[in-house]
Amino acid sequence: MPSNLELSLYVFMLATFVGLEVIRKVSPLLHTPLMSLTNAISAISVVGAILITGSQGATMLSKVLGFIAITAAVTNIVSGYLITDRMLKMFKRREGKR
Amino acid sequence: MAHLVNYIYIVSAALFILSLKWMNSPATARRGVFAGEIGMLMAITGTLLAHQVFNWQWILAAFLIGTAAGIPIAYIMPMTAVPQRTAMSHACGALAAALVGTAEYYRDPVQPKYVLVALIVETLLGFLTFTGSLMAMGKLQEVLPQRPITYPKQNFVNLGLFALAAALGVRIILVPTDMWMFPIFAALALLFGVLLIIPIGGADMPTVIALLNSYAGLSACAMGFVLDNKMLVIAGALDGSSGLILSIIMCKAMNRSFANVLFGAFGQIQKKSGPVEQRPVRSASPEEAASVLEAASSVIIVPGYGLAVAQAQHKIRELFDALTRRGVDVKFGIHPVAGRMPGHMNVLLAEADIPYDRLFEMDDINSEFPQCDVALVIGANDVTNPSAKTDKTSPIYGMPILEVDRARTPLYYMDKTLMLFGDAKAFVSEILKELPAAKAAA
Repeated sequence: MPSNLELSLYVFMLATFVGLEVIRKVSPLLHTPLMSLTNAISAISVVGAILITGSQGATMLSKVLGFIAITAAVTNIVSGYLITDRMLKMFKRREGKR
Repeated sequence: MAHLVNYIYIVSAALFILSLKWMNSPATARRGVFAGEIGMLMAITGTLLAHQVFNWQWILAAFLIGTAAGIPIAYIMPMTAVPQRTAMSHACGALAAALVGTAEYYRDPVQPKYVLVALIVETLLGFLTFTGSLMAMGKLQEVLPQRPITYPKQNFVNLGLFALAAALGVRIILVPTDMWMFPIFAALALLFGVLLIIPIGGADMPTVIALLNSYAGLSACAMGFVLDNKMLVIAGALDGSSGLILSIIMCKAMNRSFANVLFGAFGQIQKKSGPVEQRPVRSASPEEAASVLEAASSVIIVPGYGLAVAQAQHKIRELFDALTRRGVDVKFGIHPVAGRMPGHMNVLLAEADIPYDRLFEMDDINSEFPQCDVALVIGANDVTNPSAKTDKTSPIYGMPILEVDRARTPLYYMDKTLMLFGDAKAFVSEILKELPAAKAAA
C-alpha cells in the first residue's frame, strides 16, 4: 500500500499537469476572470479551516485562528465567484452582425 | 457518511477542473463559474455533514461575516480596481492557509516529518504571500509609492532574511516541540513578504500578481498534504499552475527571465538609461487626427493603461461605433501587459461594450499592422515603442511590442507619426466631435 505522502504526491503531480494543460488553453481575453475564478476555487481551504475550528476540544487559539481563516476564505469564495460572473457577463459578441 | 464525503470531494475536484476548462472561451465561461460554485457548495456541505463539527457558532459567524464582506466587494468594485481586489483576495487566501497551518501546528506539533515539511511550506508561503499581496494592493491602490523602494544591499538582505526563515523552518521540522520558535518564523516570513514586494515598480505588477497567485495556490496545496485531503491538493495545484502560467506569460511580455522574477530581483532593472533622444514631434490636433481616421478604411486601436487612467473606455466605444458605422474596419491590438494584471485591458474594454471578437492578442495582430491604414495608440507608448527592437540601451530592449510603426499612419511619435498630446478622454471626445463634421463636408 502506498503511503499517504506518496498518494498525495501522485495527486499533486497529476493535478499540476492537468492544471497546466487546461490553463494554457484559456483565452488571454479571460485571464483576469480566470485569476479571480482560481482564487475562489483555492479558497476551498475553507474546508481545512472548518475542520480546525470545529474539532472537538479546539483551544481558544485554534478557534480564533480558524475563525479568521474561515472569514477570509468565505470572503474570497463569495466575492471571487460573483465578480468573475460579473466580468464574464460583460463579454459580448457583436450584436446583430451586419 | 464519513466515507461518502470522500466521494463528494472527488466530484468537487472534477467540477473544479471542468470549471477551468470551460474558461477557454467566453461562450462557455459562465458555465465554468457555475460548475465551480456547485463544486464548492458540495465540498463545504459535505465537510459540515460528514465530520462531527463543534463550535457551530464560530463557524456560522465567520460564514456570515465573510459573505457580508464578499457581496459588496464583488458588486461595488469598479473594473479599474479589479487588480487591487485580486491582490486582496490573494492576501485573504494566503492568510487563511497560513492560519490553518499555524493552528494545526499548535494543536499537535508532533507529526510525521513529511507533514511538518508541508506545514512549514504552507505557513512560510502563506505568511509571505499575505504581506506581499497587501504591499502589491497598496501599490495598485496608490496608497504606497508606485516606484521601486530600494536601499543598498537589498538583495543580500532579502536573501539573508529568507535563508534565516527557511533555517528556522528546518529547525522546527527537526525539533517540533520547541514551540517558541514558531512565532519568530512566522514574523520573519511576514517581514520577507513586505521586503520582497517593495522594490518592485508599478509596471511589474501584472507579473507580481500572477506570481503571488501561484504562491497562494501552492500554500493551499501544502495544506492538503498537512490535512491529508486530496481535494485541497488538487484545488491548490490548479491555482498554483494557473498563477505559474500567467506569470510566465507576463515575463515573456516584459522580456524578463522567469528565474529573474522568482528571485524577486526584477525591480533592479528599472534604472534610467541614456539621454532622452530629442526628435521633432509632429504634434497633431484632434481635427487632423479625425481627418486621418476619416480617410482610413482599417484602423487598429492600441489601448494602454493610460486609457483606463483617463477613464476613456466609453469614449473609445463611441469612437469605435462612429468608425464602424462609416464602414471602417476597427480592431483592437492588446499587449499582454496593457492593463495592471493579466487580461485587465480586455475586461475594461468589455465593460465599455466593445465586442470581444474585435479584441486581438499581440501575436495575432502584429502581422496586420502593415495592411492597416491607421494605428491609434492611446496611453500605450511603452508597449508600442519600436526602440524595444532597435535601441539596445533602452530599458525595454527586447520586450515584444505591438508593431504599430509598420502601419501606414501610426498616430503617435515617430518620423512618420502624428503625436496627440493631452488627456486621452478629452482627446477622443474631440476626435469624435470632428468626425461627423468631416462627414458632412465630404
